[in-house]
Amino acid sequence: MAQTEQLTVDRLDPDRIFDERMAGHERMAREALRAQVAKLERELSGLVAQTFPHISPRDAGSETFSGPRLLGLAELERLRDRLALRVGEVRGQVAERAALERRSRALLQRMKLEPGHYKFVRVPVADLGDGHCGVWEVRPRLGLIGMLAGWWHVKLSSGCP
Amino acid sequence: MSPDRAQSPRSGGPPPGADRELVRGWCEREVQQELPGLGLMSATVEVQLKGSLTGASSPAVLARLREHSNRWRGARAVNVRQEAIPAAYRVFFRHIGLDPDISRTPIEAAVLERMIDGGFLSEGLLADILTIALIDTAVPVWALDSDTVNGPLGIRLSRTEERLGRNAEGPSLGGGRLVVADADSALAILFGEPAPGHEPTAGTRRLALFAVQVAGVPALHVEEALWACRFALTDAGG
Repeated sequence: MAQTEQLTVDRLDPDRIFDERMAGHERMAREALRAQVAKLERELSGLVAQTFPHISPRDAGSETFSGPRLLGLAELERLRDRLALRVGEVRGQVAERAALERRSRALLQRMKLEPGHYKFVRVPVADLGDGHCGVWEVRPRLGLIGMLAGWWHVKLSSGCP
Repeated sequence: MSPDRAQSPRSGGPPPGADRELVRGWCEREVQQELPGLGLMSATVEVQLKGSLTGASSPAVLARLREHSNRWRGARAVNVRQEAIPAAYRVFFRHIGLDPDISRTPIEAAVLERMIDGGFLSEGLLADILTIALIDTAVPVWALDSDTVNGPLGIRLSRTEERLGRNAEGPSLGGGRLVVADADSALAILFGEPAPGHEPTAGTRRLALFAVQVAGVPALHVEEALWACRFALTDAGG
């Protein structure tokens, strides 16, 4: 090592170099976390909008801060983890919702084919993912007469105000 | 910190009586490093409209509000969170520790109110003009009484034991909050309403308008939002 280089190195405070390096690394880590938060937020927004109004965007477990501020590494990590968990929960709810709609559509199909086997069974339109109002129901034609004669059919009641 | 200057994108130039320039505000180094893309743009406007800023809106402004009420229906309101600019503000809210489903972004708050109220209701001339600019561009604009502002506006962290506004009895901020400030004091919490004593009153004739830009929001939209407000306040829009 040349004399001038040796002098330069000697003058630098190793603790300060270490601190600056650590600060740089931490800043990069925070940037990476913010990018992950952005991705998760967009995914969450997409899922909530796609399944509206069946899934609430509210997250009861979210951490609240007192007003806007710069988040530290640990806070960003907690935020990222919480959002990731929330996205997972919402994905699960979306899958459950899709399964419910599939089952409801299949049941309605069977009700239409053999109404006599599904007497008074009701399928809300909301469960089919087609809207919010109305209920499909297997009812007897002509009331009591239909009930005694075994004349059943599927009717859609509007149900909306 | 001397502010940069940003010219309006319109080729026709500003309406008579309006200042020609939009001013890019300063941003504290620490904030800028942590939140690249965050910026503030401001404009000073000499109000040329007759009457009170907090009074009833003109028929033209009310007509614009009605027009927007008709355009914003349920399906669009639900999907607004996925649109590019509202989504950018949502992400930014997360980055600064706000949950956008609790502390709503300005555009989502306005749209939610429209859904609840059945329309964008008039809340006074200045408030309506700011609302129209928000709905048009998805960029929020705030107004301060320019006579209570000292020097260019910018964004910084609040100091320990600092208070909001110049009033000694203003609410305490605590340290480390993101605020919009002038050379002397914090004038508003970022995305919050102006401090007491700095908000425009009925007779205010000179306004300091400012808009907050975040990563993912093109400067053009921010300039457009400020421009729309200036245009309406100088009555050039009829």
